[in-house]
Amino acid sequence: MSLWRIALRSIQHRLFPSLLTMISMALGVTLVVVVLSVHGVMQESFTSNASLGYNMIVGAKGGKLQLTLNTVYYLSSPVENIPYEYYLEFLTADQRDREITTAVRVEAEAIRQAMAGFDLLGSPAVGLAPASLLGGMIAEQALERGAARHLDRGRPGKFAIYTEFALPVCLGDYLGNFRVVGTVPELFERLRYGEDSEKKYAFKAGRNFQRHSEDHGYFEAVLGSTVARELKLKVGDPIAPAHGSVDGHKHAQQFTVVGILAPTGTPNDRAAFINMEGFYLMEEHAEPVPTKTESEKSADGDPATADGGASVEPPVAAEQPFVLPRAESSSIPLPLEQRKVTSLLVLSKQRGALSLQYLVGKGKDAQAIFPLQEILSLFTFIVTPLQRALLFLTAMICVVSGTSILVSIYNSMSERKREIAVIRALGAGRSTVMTIILLESIILAIGGGLIGWTLGHSLNAAASGQIEEYTGVSLGFFDLAPGLKMGDLFEMASTSGVWEWKISPEVVVLPALILLAIGSGFLPALSAYRTDVSRSLGS
Amino acid sequence: MLLLEGIRKSYREPNGARLPVLDVPRFAIGECEQVVLLGRSGCGKTTLLHVIAGITRADAGKIKFDGRDVGRFSEAGLDRYRAAKIGYVFQTFNLLPAFNALENVLLGMTFVRGLKDPERARRLLDRVGLAHRWHHKPSAMSVGEQQRVAVARALANRPRLLLADEPTANVDPANQQNIIDLIRATCDEDRIALLMVTHSNEVAEQFSRRERLDEINQIAQAHGGAA
Ligand SMILES: Nc1ncnc2c1ncn2[C@@H]1O[C@H](COP(=O)(O)OP(=O)(O)O)[C@@H](O)[C@H]1O
Ligand SMILES: [Mg+2]
Repeated sequence: MSLWRIALRSIQHRLFPSLLTMISMALGVTLVVVVLSVHGVMQESFTSNASLGYNMIVGAKGGKLQLTLNTVYYLSSPVENIPYEYYLEFLTADQRDREITTAVRVEAEAIRQAMAGFDLLGSPAVGLAPASLLGGMIAEQALERGAARHLDRGRPGKFAIYTEFALPVCLGDYLGNFRVVGTVPELFERLRYGEDSEKKYAFKAGRNFQRHSEDHGYFEAVLGSTVARELKLKVGDPIAPAHGSVDGHKHAQQFTVVGILAPTGTPNDRAAFINMEGFYLMEEHAEPVPTKTESEKSADGDPATADGGASVEPPVAAEQPFVLPRAESSSIPLPLEQRKVTSLLVLSKQRGALSLQYLVGKGKDAQAIFPLQEILSLFTFIVTPLQRALLFLTAMICVVSGTSILVSIYNSMSERKREIAVIRALGAGRSTVMTIILLESIILAIGGGLIGWTLGHSLNAAASGQIEEYTGVSLGFFDLAPGLKMGDLFEMASTSGVWEWKISPEVVVLPALILLAIGSGFLPALSAYRTDVSRSLGS
Repeated sequence: MLLLEGIRKSYREPNGARLPVLDVPRFAIGECEQVVLLGRSGCGKTTLLHVIAGITRADAGKIKFDGRDVGRFSEAGLDRYRAAKIGYVFQTFNLLPAFNALENVLLGMTFVRGLKDPERARRLLDRVGLAHRWHHKPSAMSVGEQQRVAVARALANRPRLLLADEPTANVDPANQQNIIDLIRATCDEDRIALLMVTHSNEVAEQFSRRERLDEINQIAQAHGGAA
């Protein structure tokens, strides 16, 4: 009979305690697998999301991390907004002119229409000029004013030369539990995702939203894949964002879903994108028009004057702008000065990043930050300690599992002294009985380890859908916990060579755990080795 | 074949005092000889068997087995000697509860280097009349059956000397004679020398060579004299 068979029989004979030991080992390994997977997935998702498609975020002064969490991950409490002018300053002369002219023209046209409405109602004051005429006059005035307000039309935005693109993002509303992102259609054309920023956003259904469409006006929306699935929405469905928070009141204004994004594994899967123009038209999204003093105050921080007061303007800003009474579901875009954005996603030109950071930061309201830096520091300051804690937990689990094997085998030793003595009397040497006991702990450790591994990976596989959705990291049954660099694993300075190899910590930790469990069999094995045969035979 | 000379053995008692158990000037067993050893309880019979089997070492004296000095064997040498030359039948059977009858018999030959003969194990079970019970665990057998399995196990390694320590003391009377007969017959057939310990005169009378431990053990004599 082989020693393996002898060890196996002993385990079978003490089936219940053996099973308990195996289960405790299995649970330990399960926990280790899960902890390592969480650890790896966190790391991997952070690094793969590290290619955002843009390198800077411009947003309100204040917490950089909060701005990053809001803009990149749609997490954390909302941040302050910044004036729309900042956005304009990132545009080229052409783009900027187009924005301003469109806005002014649309405004004038709106006033004209509004006044014409009074004509139809019948002019109350006989002898006065018809309201439409009046409207025309006011509108012209407004146009002039508008032109005056933007005397510097025709110049490029001050930050434009450093900028590849800038995309405005307006946050604050919710659709179900998901953030609503007011933005421009170009977002999906300009941004790339994936580890090397190589993938383009694609539509699983429908199309991108338009700035203004024949069918839905300013009110089109595109949903991230998760949002569409969880809220069971499809192209053509109406949605009504809730204001301010998850359980804020529903806006009366409805948007129509025109497209659904293919899954990307980025936080954008969990966002609902709506046309920024439509976003501004919802109630409470217009900024109160600044009073004289306020606008004077804000003039100091105006990005236009930020560069050391070199430009001498704006003289007309002091004048009260005309404020149009606005109705819900208005079809007139919000005037530019009533707009604010939460943040701008900016891709700087090759050498423009630091200049941008400096120039934007000089103003009063805004700052330009590097989200990658924030993500990295978040990682080192929060996630890394958390991971350490998890790894510590893992170590504890290993010790506990090992100890339980030790206790189990050791407890059986007193009743087994006689069996060991008999085996020795039959001619087995000290080292042979010691080997038998060690084989038992090997069987328990490897058996428990395999069960635990299977259990842990089954859990991973069961959660893989969710994990992939939240993090973009795919984790099937046979995937080991995502790899870490050898250097990270052993806390070695990652210089080169072997420390750059990426290996799954499972490959190191699990065999170590099994070795530990086997090692814990040494104590009882030693006691078997030392058994006094003559005394233990008892006859 | 076996020769003991000047064997002394004492145990250390918990209070540190030495308890002398054996002082055997000379004791020998010839080739294929069957010897019965009588002695009252506690006089050192088991200790003597342990010394002969190399389970415990004597404090002094010589044990020669086939001319070789067992007392000078290394620890591993003693293990090999026990595995290859000695068969041992215990008073309490000492079958291993985790193994079935056949496996228990196989254990008797597992530790002899180069011996692997499952057929022999089956034949031995057949010889003790338990071939059909080979897959039963000891807990499923009567004491008589258990001791028969133990006899088969003791013979599994083709020993030169079988030591039987009160093999019927824990067996019901109806089976006692069976066991004795079985042991004596198989030792005869296989040309194995036998040293059987007993305190039953009835058993002892069946042997042509009877020894009283009191007579060969000077310590027992001393005790006996005092008593
Ligand atoms: N391991 C031991 N340690 C101390 N004393 C022992 C030990 N084994 C036996 N003895 C003592 O040695 C004496 C002889 O024991 P044993 O050889 O078992 O006698 P028997 O088998 O004739 O009944 C007894 O008095 C017993 O108490
Ligand atoms: Mg005894």
